[in-house]
Amino acid sequence: MKVQVLYFAWLRERIGRGREIVETEAATVAELVAELRAREERYDLAFSDMTAIRCAVDQALAPVETPLEGVREVAFFPPMTGG
Amino acid sequence: MAEPASIRVVVTEADFDLGAETAHLEAGGDTGAVVTFTGRVRDTGGALRRMVIEHYPGMTERALTEIAEEACRRWQLTGATIHHRHGTLVPGDRIMMVATASRHREAAFAAASFLMDYLKSRAPFWKKEETEDGAEWVAAREADEAALDRWNA
Repeated sequence: MKVQVLYFAWLRERIGRGREIVETEAATVAELVAELRAREERYDLAFSDMTAIRCAVDQALAPVETPLEGVREVAFFPPMTGG
Repeated sequence: MAEPASIRVVVTEADFDLGAETAHLEAGGDTGAVVTFTGRVRDTGGALRRMVIEHYPGMTERALTEIAEEACRRWQLTGATIHHRHGTLVPGDRIMMVATASRHREAAFAAASFLMDYLKSRAPFWKKEETEDGAEWVAAREADEAALDRWNA
């Protein structure tokens, strides 16, 4: 299946792009992260500390255990600093 | 039965008109109190050149609307407004505002505080500060995350 993957803030800078379409068979967000990390070193480095990364599934905050079935958009970013 | 609260969420690069936003909330005849909070870019000893605010278009508006709706469930508000800017700002610029309106002041004060606490840790904004030494992403503060606990006691 195809999933749109978005990156924000330092994660976007380390990966070198803000969004991409990923063809994946991953069952969960965590599996998608493992696939991305296996791809290239810059992904591996960017995702090396998952405690520093938050995730949104179809634009709602979600844990990495969230299933990917039927999901269109997954976003990764550091803890938010609005206000 | 009271009228449903009017929720207004705006995310733009442009600055906002605090007076116009307040007047919008004062329009309802049942409103006895309006509380506003404005966040600004601090000039930290003259070191800060620019602040760049990134956000997640689509999710941002959705998250802010959900936070405002939750405030309206918890307090009897006549209105709630959130305006958050993104893009490049300089010291002295306004970053964001929240405004809440209710019949009496207690609900408006509490709801404004609630909106701020949730917005800081649950709305997808990220700040980057540029000084002459370089640029750095602002780290989230544990105190901001902990501030949410008081609303869920």
